[in-house]
Amino acid sequence: MTSWLDALIQGVLLGGLYALFAAGLSLMFGVMRLVNLAHGDLIVLAAFVILFLAAKLGLDPFVAVLVALPIVFVAGFALQYVLLNRTLGRDLLPPLLVTFGLSIIIENGLLQLFSADSQRLRSGAIETASIPLGGGIAIGVVPLLTLLSAIAVIVLLNLIFYRTPIGRAFRATSDDLEVAQLMGIDHKRIFAIAMGLGFVVTTIAALYLGLRANFDPTIGPARLLYAFEAVIIGGLGSFWGTLAGGIVLGLAQTIGARIDPEWQILAGHLAFLVVLVIKPRGLFPRAQD
Amino acid sequence: MHPLLETRQLKAFYGDFQALFGIDMTLDAGETVAIIGANGAGKSTFLKAIAGLIHGEADNVLLDGTPIGARSASDIVRLGVALVPEGRRLFPSLTVEENLLIGDYGCKVPGPWTLDRVYALFPVLRERRHSATPALSGGQQQMVAIGRALMSNPRVLLCDEISLGLAPIIIAGIYAGLPQIKAEGTSVVLVEQDIVQAMKVADRVYCFQEGRLSLTGRPRDLTREQIHRAYFGA
Amino acid sequence: MDEASSRPVQTFRIKTVGRASHAALVVVTVALLALALLPVFAGRTLIQDLIFLYYMLALAQCWNLLAGYAGLISVGQQAFVGLGGYILFALTLTGGLNPVLAIPIAGLVSALFAFPTALVVFRLRGAYFAIGTWVVAEVYRLAFAQVKPLGGGTGTSLTPSITSSAYGIEWVKTLLDVRTPAARDIVSYWLALALVAGTLAAVYFMLRSRRGLALGAIRDHETAAASLGVDIYRIKLAVYVATAAMTGMIGALIYLQKARISPDAAFSVLDWTAYVIFIVVIGGIGTMEGPFIGAIILYLMQHYLADFGAWYLILLGALGILVMLLAPKGVWGLVSERFDLTLFPTRRRLVVDDEERPIASKRPKMRET
Repeated sequence: MTSWLDALIQGVLLGGLYALFAAGLSLMFGVMRLVNLAHGDLIVLAAFVILFLAAKLGLDPFVAVLVALPIVFVAGFALQYVLLNRTLGRDLLPPLLVTFGLSIIIENGLLQLFSADSQRLRSGAIETASIPLGGGIAIGVVPLLTLLSAIAVIVLLNLIFYRTPIGRAFRATSDDLEVAQLMGIDHKRIFAIAMGLGFVVTTIAALYLGLRANFDPTIGPARLLYAFEAVIIGGLGSFWGTLAGGIVLGLAQTIGARIDPEWQILAGHLAFLVVLVIKPRGLFPRAQD
Repeated sequence: MHPLLETRQLKAFYGDFQALFGIDMTLDAGETVAIIGANGAGKSTFLKAIAGLIHGEADNVLLDGTPIGARSASDIVRLGVALVPEGRRLFPSLTVEENLLIGDYGCKVPGPWTLDRVYALFPVLRERRHSATPALSGGQQQMVAIGRALMSNPRVLLCDEISLGLAPIIIAGIYAGLPQIKAEGTSVVLVEQDIVQAMKVADRVYCFQEGRLSLTGRPRDLTREQIHRAYFGA
Repeated sequence: MDEASSRPVQTFRIKTVGRASHAALVVVTVALLALALLPVFAGRTLIQDLIFLYYMLALAQCWNLLAGYAGLISVGQQAFVGLGGYILFALTLTGGLNPVLAIPIAGLVSALFAFPTALVVFRLRGAYFAIGTWVVAEVYRLAFAQVKPLGGGTGTSLTPSITSSAYGIEWVKTLLDVRTPAARDIVSYWLALALVAGTLAAVYFMLRSRRGLALGAIRDHETAAASLGVDIYRIKLAVYVATAAMTGMIGALIYLQKARISPDAAFSVLDWTAYVIFIVVIGGIGTMEGPFIGAIILYLMQHYLADFGAWYLILLGALGILVMLLAPKGVWGLVSERFDLTLFPTRRRLVVDDEERPIASKRPKMRET
């Protein structure tokens, strides 16, 4: 019984990580209808950026990520402005194939620079610290921080989207690109800002990816799939739905792993397919569109 | 002395299809000009071309004598030309107030039009400020669309079919706001199918027929027959 | 009346076959014969290289039919390559079936799997469909990793007695006086040639059929096609299942030739989807000619650059992006625009003949040729 309760708790905590993966993807789709096949590799790339900064500057990963955030914002802005804006239009193929190409470039670029060795972000005692809840159940501090960060990121994204001028511009551009231009909105700049913001969220996700487990250049695509599954399970168009989707996925994987460790990933995928069959619009679809 | 807005031999294409065949129009400061014509005459295309949604040659459109024909739509708003698009096209995921606020997103120009002034012009919008726009009536939606364009404090307001699909009493309510807009010194280009309405408010009228100018003049100088011929062809 | 009948009359014809195309038909037949006879003269390396070229071309034609014509952008076709391979291993290792017979059965099983798969992934639209197919391929990979009789996560091999039991090997050995491994390659070569020719024929006739016409309509405008009574769902399903069957057979052949299978290799997104997409995009998506050019380019790059490892893949990715942005119709698109050339006439072209000839009717005539 305790073991199952533990599985539930760990599953919810793992869901926090997947919600962080998914929030970036959801943001990019929400603003510019971009389905980014390189998203998983971008998470891994960001983890290597944190690793690199932490090693070079002798910083704790939690500090290194603060140094990384402005850098990745500019990188995301530039990527969208220079490359991805050219792919947007009625045709689905260019954005898909360009981001697929990007995914291959990032993965192999990282292999070339950092080799296929497993890496980990080191942050001292906090990595192994845990809070005992009694009855043999304990909550790891890092997994707890992951979930709290996911909630904080979603609250912040909602504030930006629904309480600021730039958020209004994001939603207006997403609603009607042509009329948005009539409001003096430079949609290319708006998209680039959204991508920069997406990179910031991605980098926060990368911090916890690297603190919780080992990573290497090849694990990106699986992270893309988890992010995608969380978005679809939660229902398109809502950041809170994304959190719910992440938690459903985290629970499915953790419970699957309790039955047989080899079933962890498979259980997550199957949960996604089941939701897709039963509720194609996700568990918490937005009323409109 | 330049007119405020001028088009010279303005042409427009949709792919291979030519919609406008060289339109000359002038608009002076403080003036209201109405563009009338049958369906498909190119009236909306004309406004879209001025607003930068359809691109043409730079010197086909001049604002204060400066060529703006090749500028992007978002640039043209900043230069002081705002369009109320056909079919209103409000942003459905924004509330009434957000739709108004987005109107000056690209250009915070000081001027007479603020949120309070727009609410004073259309008081019903203040009551519904937090409503989602799909929940509004057609007339209220049209008020939001006009208010949204005014928020950028334009020198030229382009209005595309603001009476379309509305009941006469609603249309009268919307047109009642026009004198106030003109009183602030804003010049207006009005595309209108309702000829009677257009004649009442316009200083001058241009009639389009199949992408060409078929008639122009002051409303009181034009006869019914002239207009009928210019509208439907000989 | 007189004036009207003496005016130049425009006649419209709808043309699918151009002059170059009749020539192409002859060329294709001769080329097929020549290629079939090639093993008599060619060395073993060339045969092995050509096997690779053939199955990559066949996979590319399948993906092109899916993405370029039916608008089903899949990044999960590795599901059916791996499935076909595993079915062949299961049938030969535990069922004792001849490998040559196992290939069509692998195709059939792939088609059967494609039905339920489609029911799930077709719930996702556009770009989401792409990632959905990838998820399904991962499910297949993880599921086959659980099948212990087929080696689980580490995979398994075909015994030499199985690989050399394929029909025709003894015959080739005596006829061409070669040893068993060479004879195996030659039989695989013929199977690959047959599969690629069969795939080409299937794609070609599918595109020329009424269904192909409907595909074009869907690609151009889905809602308009639907309003004209085109049953989009059924046509897309048919294309999806048919390409799954072909892809499964190709997968079975690939792993017969490799004689060793593992889940990670058989369901590799890089090997069986990324390369294939590269071929189609570089060559020219939405044309049958494009994949030929793309497959040759990939083969040459593989041959000369594969030793550079990661850099080679970075180059592939960058080249794919550049082509997508700068020449979205690929190499064949550039060629055919320049010379107005079609080798596989799958498109109907409107031809206007200006004729100075009085005819009875004033109305333009339409006839199909």
